[in-house]
Amino acid sequence: MSDVVEKTLTALPSLLSLDSQPGSTKLSSTSKLGSLIRGITELTSKHEEEKLIQRELVSIKEQVSSPNTSMRQMKDLMVRAIYCEMLGYEASFSYIHAIKLAQQGTALEKRVGYLAVSLFLNESHELLLLLVNTVLKDLQSTNLIEVCMALTVVSQIFPKDMIPAILPLVEEKLNHPKEIIRRKAVLALYKFYLIAPNQVQHIHSKFRLALCDRDPGVMTASLHIYLQMIQENPEGYKDLTTSFVTILKQVVGGKLPMDFNYRSVPAPWLQIQLLRILSLLGKNDQSTSEIMYEVLDESLQRAEMNHNITYAILYECVKCIYTIHPKSELLEKAAKCIGNFVLSPKMNLKYLGLKALTYVVQQDPKLALQHQMTIIECLDHYDLLIKRETLELLFRITNAQNVTVIVEKMLEFLSTSKDDYTTTDLVGKVAELAEKYAPDNEWFIETMNTVFSVGGDTMQPDIPNNFLKLLCEGFDSVEEDRKLRLFAVDSYVSLLQGKPGNLPQRFLQVISWVLGEYSHLREELDPATVMRLLVKLLERKQTSSETKSYVLMAMTKLCRSGEGVSIAQEVSESYSSSMDTVLRQRAHELQHLSHNLELRTRVLLPGEAGLEPLEVDSSLSFLDGFVSEALAAGAAPYKPPHQRQEELAQAKALSLEPYSLALPISMSSCSITDRQSPTLLSMSSGLSGDSTDLSHKGGSTTLKLDGVKRVWGKEGYLAQREPIEEAQIEVPSPLRSPIQQTETGNSHSPSPAPTQSPEHEPEKQQLASSLFVGLSSQSSVCLMGKSEPMPQRFRKKAKGQSSTSAPTSNSLISLPSTVDHLLCTNLLEKTPELSEVHAAANGTCDVEAALVSHEDSNTPQDLCLSSHLPAELSELFHSEISPLCSTQSLHLSACYVQKEDSLILVIFITNSSDFAVHDVHVDLDSEQLEVSCASDSPVKEVRGCCVAVCQYSLTVKRPSAHVTVAGMVSHQLHIETPQTAQFSYELPLTSFVRPLKVSTEEYGRMWLDFTHDTKQNLTLINDGEEPLTDTLTVLKKKLQLHIVEIIGMEGIVACRLLPDQPCLMHCRLHAGSLAVWMRSSLPDLPDCLMYHCQRSLTEH
Amino acid sequence: MIKFVLMVNRQGQTRLSRYYQPVELNRRATLEADVVRCCLSRKKEQCSFVEYKDFRLVYRQYAALYIVVGVTDSENELSIYELVHNFVEVLDKYFSRVSELDVSFHLTNSSFLKTTGFVLQIMFNLDRVHIILDEMIQNGHIVETNKSRILAPLTALDKMTSS
Repeated sequence: MSDVVEKTLTALPSLLSLDSQPGSTKLSSTSKLGSLIRGITELTSKHEEEKLIQRELVSIKEQVSSPNTSMRQMKDLMVRAIYCEMLGYEASFSYIHAIKLAQQGTALEKRVGYLAVSLFLNESHELLLLLVNTVLKDLQSTNLIEVCMALTVVSQIFPKDMIPAILPLVEEKLNHPKEIIRRKAVLALYKFYLIAPNQVQHIHSKFRLALCDRDPGVMTASLHIYLQMIQENPEGYKDLTTSFVTILKQVVGGKLPMDFNYRSVPAPWLQIQLLRILSLLGKNDQSTSEIMYEVLDESLQRAEMNHNITYAILYECVKCIYTIHPKSELLEKAAKCIGNFVLSPKMNLKYLGLKALTYVVQQDPKLALQHQMTIIECLDHYDLLIKRETLELLFRITNAQNVTVIVEKMLEFLSTSKDDYTTTDLVGKVAELAEKYAPDNEWFIETMNTVFSVGGDTMQPDIPNNFLKLLCEGFDSVEEDRKLRLFAVDSYVSLLQGKPGNLPQRFLQVISWVLGEYSHLREELDPATVMRLLVKLLERKQTSSETKSYVLMAMTKLCRSGEGVSIAQEVSESYSSSMDTVLRQRAHELQHLSHNLELRTRVLLPGEAGLEPLEVDSSLSFLDGFVSEALAAGAAPYKPPHQRQEELAQAKALSLEPYSLALPISMSSCSITDRQSPTLLSMSSGLSGDSTDLSHKGGSTTLKLDGVKRVWGKEGYLAQREPIEEAQIEVPSPLRSPIQQTETGNSHSPSPAPTQSPEHEPEKQQLASSLFVGLSSQSSVCLMGKSEPMPQRFRKKAKGQSSTSAPTSNSLISLPSTVDHLLCTNLLEKTPELSEVHAAANGTCDVEAALVSHEDSNTPQDLCLSSHLPAELSELFHSEISPLCSTQSLHLSACYVQKEDSLILVIFITNSSDFAVHDVHVDLDSEQLEVSCASDSPVKEVRGCCVAVCQYSLTVKRPSAHVTVAGMVSHQLHIETPQTAQFSYELPLTSFVRPLKVSTEEYGRMWLDFTHDTKQNLTLINDGEEPLTDTLTVLKKKLQLHIVEIIGMEGIVACRLLPDQPCLMHCRLHAGSLAVWMRSSLPDLPDCLMYHCQRSLTEH
Repeated sequence: MIKFVLMVNRQGQTRLSRYYQPVELNRRATLEADVVRCCLSRKKEQCSFVEYKDFRLVYRQYAALYIVVGVTDSENELSIYELVHNFVEVLDKYFSRVSELDVSFHLTNSSFLKTTGFVLQIMFNLDRVHIILDEMIQNGHIVETNKSRILAPLTALDKMTSS
């Protein structure tokens, strides 16, 4: 048929005569757009198209810049430019002309100008700023059409920073007599809310007016804002439930003008929107849900008309009923509705039914039981989408009894899927199910083998990480752990003896790690045999350098004696000059170990005896100095991965990558220290930094199942049959119910359901009984509530959650291993020159470090110096007195004293000689601080064996996580040459923080005024009954904050940075962590404080 | 949420594209080609939705023209499927100037939609089709479905231009 269309193009002129509408483009045979389109349509190759478009672009470029081009011609040129960009050819030269056209054109020309702008530019394009004036002018125009156009473009695209310039004008339009202007103004405000919610916070009351607008169009527009706001904070809008219910009632009852109907259904998309809002409001809230039962019932009944659009409404209605607090009567009707969908011969309905069922089975697995035969038919459906949705459904109803069958089905689908995204997604799900419900070790290891082989290098990196963590942390029984590990070792050895070259790199890494760690469990297995297998891996060309370093690591654990050692020596020899630094490092370790018998016996022979969990500083506090230095040097503050991803997502929301990197960790800071001091953590961090690269360097992703035993194939499944049939006894009547369903289902079915043959093929019945086993016993009680979680086979042990979880999630290497541990400490001993480099260097002093490490803080010197504190300060809290620097005769020490409205730095100058020291000058300077002398007269002379005290008052100029004062002292001893010494003193920003006592109202006002903010999720202190209060109290104590108010899940906290820079904190419990939002008028303050909050919580 | 609206012919040539989330220019062609391939490979009896990467495609065919809408997983596909038809009805109402008649009645009784004229109108009035679409969908959300209200701004513009 399309050929016909394209052929008729040649006969264009005659066809175009039907276009006689006023104002529409008169196309003549000479029309430029016409000939362009015709040209394009006639082309056969991409190459020709490119040539043609390039020619076209040159001609457009020539004409747009010509001064003689009229606005009308300009409009046509813009449409042609739009056409070129639509085909993928950039026409950036025309962007500025689009803006000009919007500015200078009239009517349709202007509109096309705006249209071109909205199509050409993205939100952050700098040219957009040039549009602001045009928009301003048009908003003030007396021509309604121009106002309309301006509002339309504003609600599509507008520079965030310029919102304040037009906001008053847009707000004003909310009261416009014309509905279209009011409606568009509401949509513009919605756009503002999306891109800069803070800017429109003050007009929330106007949103309510819009919701109650006499025109249904304006009301509909306001629902977008409400849906968004209720999604973010359902608690805040519960009072509106009645309004939404009333609106829905009126819509359903046909109170809207006829032209809102579609297929004689009143405003269907509006109904859908309202149902979505209601489900958000009624979720987990019985009293709110009760308000809506009636209207939901009415919606279900009204929507009996037999058309797609009513089904679409029904679907939304069913979803709502299953989301809000349940009411059995409604649930029954909704379930019937889903039944009709699922049984429908129309594919679109069937799909929607499955989608609804997938959503619903989480609440009510019994429903799946009713439709088991349909589900099984859908499993082998020719339509991939239906098949896929069915798998999704099965994934939700998986339990310990049906896991083998469901995983088998998923793997079957995987073996036919070619799409990377689907593979990654399904592989993740299989791994999750295997971990949760594995019936036995053998099955678990073999399933995971398939996961690793199929998932290859595109799967999420946490799958192998979790797997290894599970393997090494073990479960409740020691014997079971041993068996699982043994089985893994056996399975991997046989894999390596097969064709290991076909396995993905990630899998090889897992194999290497497991063999290194656990192959000693199989006593009859000679380590040298394993070593030889590993050497084969090293020799393969395809093996990546990451994998090679895993292999070398495994070898360090395996080289005990005899042949193993000589293999190790050989291997380490050849890699000790590798270009890859990590690899070289590993090779050197291996070499060192293989040549040193004594070390080997110490490290390797004790076996599992010394398996102590490693002490890991998960707060990475050893990096604090580095961080604060970098911050002071103007580096951007750290953002947690989720925040970065959010920002990334906003930047390019439509992801075309098959999957994204899970954790874009940059560990560059660690790798720097790596070379200098191989401490325990930096050793592992070097590699964990590296292991994030794994996902970049993916190999081939095609299916490679060779060498993997598939015991869970058809035969394996049949072998499983017996236990399943046993389980079937518990099920009352899984086979009878579908027949019941067809009976009840058919009576209400909009179209006759396919008649199911009474005797299903025995095979399918078999499948049904194995798929839906365990559902009914479970579901008999859980219609109204959520089912209890199934007992998990691989329950993780409780031990060591806090200390091990953080590092293991990032890297495989940091899993506890005695070999690593001892080897590292051993190497550390050999490089003493690195250990204490920082400490003494020219009198730098880190107060915080001193506070933590020096437990004997009451040294005699400290005591005697503190007695020199001026009387007015001695009562106040002062930090530990720490040495700054010394000259021949003077020793300088310092501490700071926190006064209520200032911070005093006290410097003690001790003269240890017997003579007076003259002309003492202390100069302080700081980039971040304002320093002023607080003593009356500066110290000039220090007599022999005396202590002089200088006081300086400090205020913050530029916030930074740590602030530093640099100083120099100079003096003369008798008539000798002047002596000088330099020092620096570092204080945490928190020493400048004081509580800010404000009321909630004041807080609210201030919040709106502040523009600098930061958001982050912090660890929650979860050991008490009131995690929020506990956490805030800790913060209050450690950082001197003022808790303004705590309401339910939210708390507001205020503090000020001396002298009077307020900083406000809004804390909310969110998904087990504390979502903190900080705001201040000072640019960097929120980030710095956030850093300290994070630290004090992790240290707690 | 709606991610994009595409109009393509069977040869895979794009007749209109509107993205509601930024996609770089050089990736659009690949995306569109992929999308067309997905939809063309479907049979009549298969459902009108396809999984594509992490989102779904809802497509509807009118003669040689495919209208494809990319939506997120959480969207109600059937309502989008009907939205496409509403859009086509609006185009039909505008380009065939049957403002007085009941449109759905008109649709079932006329074959205008199936005529080549309809496709041509869309091709040669790229700007107007965009203006209509802008009234219906903004920022990936459905903002208006009332046919006369959707067309009001454009007909006003036409009147201004002709007078």
